[in-house]
Amino acid sequence: MSNRTIAATVLALVLLASLAVSFIPGASYSRQDREFAGAAPSARFPLGADDLGRDRLTRLLYATRISLLLAAAAAAVTIAVAFLAGSIAGYFGGWCDRAIVRALDLILSLPWLFLLLAARALLPLNVSPLYSLLLTYALLAALGWAAPARVVRAGARGFRDSEFVLQARAEGCSEWRVLWRHVLPNLKPVLLAQFWTTIPVFILAEANLGFLGLSAGEPLPTWGTLLRELQSPLFLRPEAFAPAAAIAVSLLCFKLICSNSSTPLGGSQI
Amino acid sequence: MIRRFVPAALLAALTCASSVSMFAQSGGELRFCLRADPKTFDPLQVEDDNSEAVRYITGGVLLRVNRKTQELTPELAQSWTVDQQGWRITFHLRRGISFSDGTPFTADDVAYTMTRLMDPNLHSATADPFRSSNVPPRIAATSADTVSITFDAPVSGLERLFDQVAILSRNSPKKLAAVLGPFYVADYKPGVEVLLERNPHYWKTDSTGKRLPYLDRIHLQIQQNRDMELVRFRRGELDLIRSLDAEAFEDLSHQMPASVVDAGASLESEFMWFNQVASAPLPAYKKAWFASQDFRRAVSEAIHREDLCKVVYKGHAVPAAGPVSPANRFWMNASLAPHPFDLASAQRRLQQAGFTRRGDALYDREGHPVEFSVMTNAGNKARERMAAMIQQDLQALGIRLNVVTLDFPSLIERMTQSFQYEACLLGLSNLDLDPSAQMNVWLSSAADHQWNPNQKAPATAWEAEIDRLMQAQAAELRPTQRKRLFDQVQQIVWEQEPFIYLVTKNSLMAFSPQLRNLAPAAIQPQAYWNIDQMQRSTLVARSR
Repeated sequence: MSNRTIAATVLALVLLASLAVSFIPGASYSRQDREFAGAAPSARFPLGADDLGRDRLTRLLYATRISLLLAAAAAAVTIAVAFLAGSIAGYFGGWCDRAIVRALDLILSLPWLFLLLAARALLPLNVSPLYSLLLTYALLAALGWAAPARVVRAGARGFRDSEFVLQARAEGCSEWRVLWRHVLPNLKPVLLAQFWTTIPVFILAEANLGFLGLSAGEPLPTWGTLLRELQSPLFLRPEAFAPAAAIAVSLLCFKLICSNSSTPLGGSQI
Repeated sequence: MIRRFVPAALLAALTCASSVSMFAQSGGELRFCLRADPKTFDPLQVEDDNSEAVRYITGGVLLRVNRKTQELTPELAQSWTVDQQGWRITFHLRRGISFSDGTPFTADDVAYTMTRLMDPNLHSATADPFRSSNVPPRIAATSADTVSITFDAPVSGLERLFDQVAILSRNSPKKLAAVLGPFYVADYKPGVEVLLERNPHYWKTDSTGKRLPYLDRIHLQIQQNRDMELVRFRRGELDLIRSLDAEAFEDLSHQMPASVVDAGASLESEFMWFNQVASAPLPAYKKAWFASQDFRRAVSEAIHREDLCKVVYKGHAVPAAGPVSPANRFWMNASLAPHPFDLASAQRRLQQAGFTRRGDALYDREGHPVEFSVMTNAGNKARERMAAMIQQDLQALGIRLNVVTLDFPSLIERMTQSFQYEACLLGLSNLDLDPSAQMNVWLSSAADHQWNPNQKAPATAWEAEIDRLMQAQAAELRPTQRKRLFDQVQQIVWEQEPFIYLVTKNSLMAFSPQLRNLAPAAIQPQAYWNIDQMQRSTLVARSR
């Protein structure tokens, strides 16, 4: 069994477990058993209870579901935008290419974290926890397309004068049809590689924002918000490191999946 | 093997032959941390906590509030008189006192200090409470040891204000560096430490006639990171921690139980309030909720304050009844109790106010679901936890609360400029016991009247009544009469709950077991207010 298969299996199992938690009766990520605030691991709380008496394991499973699924969803959006911008720039060239490349340079030169902090502070306050989480990932998607767009542009540029494109043009296909029907299928491996590398980038970005208290609102758990327990390293128990371990394992899995993907153009590595 | 054995055997023999005792003695050093560099060493321009620490330790004052008894005690002034109208205060000074550089202390120095303090160009925050009118006070040194200060209008609580006024020398060539307190600033390394040396001319002596202070020097080390402060205290590199949070206190109490002190309720309280600013960009129906006394009281009664104390502060806090902490013995209205957790009463109040419960949600008269946000500053774990607990408490009423953490500048901007917020959870630390120090909060025209600041005219009848009572107590000189008026203010605040007071935090600190003559108090500076009497004991081996 290849490393890639093992990594994919681990990720699938983790995701399945996080989905299965909904079917466990009484499992709630928000219920506060205040009598058990800060309780050590036990049969009732396998990973202990957090400072407000909430079950750490349940919260971790919900956080895993949220972080993995939303990071993947945001990555899909960002790759779609990256395809549009990158392929138009690369395929059409000219002023269109120059304008998009300048825009990419501009976006890539912005300090991400501060931009996200500023954008988050400007958003309306009275939003539900889920909405605040969706906004966070929407921001990530809106700002994260520049790096994959560059890679896509390079790929599309390579296809611009290729034989199959010339043949399609000669047969009377419009440029947009060529882009959609002939260039896109050939860019698929690039897009897939970029998709798999963008997910961990978004997971880490959300973890940073969550650690700073700028991701999902209470009581919704994400890996980032759970990491906040590590803010006071002097009072830590080993079980508080579970979210950090979950992030590390998932990033490792994504790395293995990406590094073993044999794509024609390869992909940037995390 | 033999080499290892010999020192161990020697140590064992020494241990058998002697016992180890702790003896308090003069001399020695004290080390503790400031959170940042002091912004000034000019005692008349102090506005921050770190400069205040230096001022307290180095400054000599005419009168001092005893932090333990909360009574006023004579210091550089051996007696004082206030005339019946409260316009004039006369001090009779102690004789034979010198500044740290040997310059004699006279009434001229008091006159010089007060004149400089009241100079409008200095913009001294310490001077603000003295300004009862626009006319500066008349200051006269009538003899070498008598000085009188005459104000154009009465100043309430006048004597206590002198606790903050460190006397400067008019004639010393060292100017600000010459002090009358137990220590003087000997060195300052920005970002590293402030070194304070023992003042050899300090005027106080102990009961045996020995000149105070006992300690030789104090190292005030600049340390922003509280975790590092704790680590260094554990290693024995620091002798005291001025203020601990409950988590650190609990952690330390397990490892060094003899070192931690819970001095009881402090003057710091945590509270939340609703935005009642008329021009705030909020929907009208939400403004109507927040303006409703029933709504505010219902929210208050649904909050389990005991749980906040137990879970967030690990039992090192008490439910708060109002703006005055139980630590403020004289001014607290003892007839007021914290609002108890009472869900049934909260539901009744909401019904009275036209709210109805449908399923899991609460709706107002017009059918709007009751949902609002509370903002607090990111990074304050205690407040974030309290907000999360209140969120669950209010869920029982069908109220959906969204917790928002913001960086402090964004929060202040929303709170004071744009008013784009619905509710806010913050804390306040009262440095002064006197109610006049809270004028900036309770007067409807004040900037810190947070729920609806800078009003041209009071928006409600009860705010107008608070204005009247606060102004009346400020103009009144008899303490019992002032107390009666301020009790009424507290009663109105308790009933109306413009601020929903949650908890009063305890004063938590840690001391090295080697320190003696400790008298931890609830009022700042809680840990070292009697620093001139603090002693350090050393381990002394004594033959049996």
